[in-house]
Amino acid sequence: MSSFVEIIHLATLTIIIIAAFLTVVFKKLLLAVIASSVVSLLLSLEFYLLHAPDVAIAEAAIGAGLTMAIFIFAIRGTR
Amino acid sequence: MKEMSKIVKNITKLVYGFIIIFGFYVIVHGHLTPGGGFQGGAVVASAFALLLISYGQLEAKKLLKVDIFSLLESCGLTAFIVIAFLGLGTTFFYNFLANSGGWFGNAVTPGINPGDMNTAGVLPLMNMAVGLEVFAGLGIIVLLMAEGAEYTNKEGEHRNDR
Repeated sequence: MSSFVEIIHLATLTIIIIAAFLTVVFKKLLLAVIASSVVSLLLSLEFYLLHAPDVAIAEAAIGAGLTMAIFIFAIRGTR
Repeated sequence: MKEMSKIVKNITKLVYGFIIIFGFYVIVHGHLTPGGGFQGGAVVASAFALLLISYGQLEAKKLLKVDIFSLLESCGLTAFIVIAFLGLGTTFFYNFLANSGGWFGNAVTPGINPGDMNTAGVLPLMNMAVGLEVFAGLGIIVLLMAEGAEYTNKEGEHRNDR
């Protein structure tokens, strides 16, 4: 049972690192914003796995929702 | 700002009511379940950001105005400080409603139970005040960013990435 949880932890952290790397690599700005939002969403999953659901709700609402919306507004303003 | 495609607009029309109801659920159950005023207010504000992105600027502007949000934010802060001063007979922030039998005044039953909404005294009222304030503040931020994007986009050519 504990090894199953450890496997989920390792998979989540690996995908977080890959998505953070893709955020830097992408040339199109919209794709970079979506990759950074994936980082925030998986970080909230990691908070939930570490038994902190309070922080997970705040991270999912602000990091993945509102920050992505504000970045999309900024990109549309600069085009 | 250009509005998004028909699929996105229809899905938004289906879903945003449920997101707002979930945010108010998180606010009202703040003293029983994870989350509270800040988290619930952020969820409600993200629903309004979804509405503002999928529809363009102009259709959402009849519903969302900066003045209404500013008024709600002031109401939330004023309610918080008034509730804090009402307990000044004993101390500042005194929980004068707990175990009094009136509003939110039931005694907490120990042990494992499904949870009673009518407990915890003054804390649910403060959660509602903080939720109103956070929702209005984040709504003002999103609305002003959308207006700024509209303003800079008006002068150049109308060329969006979608």
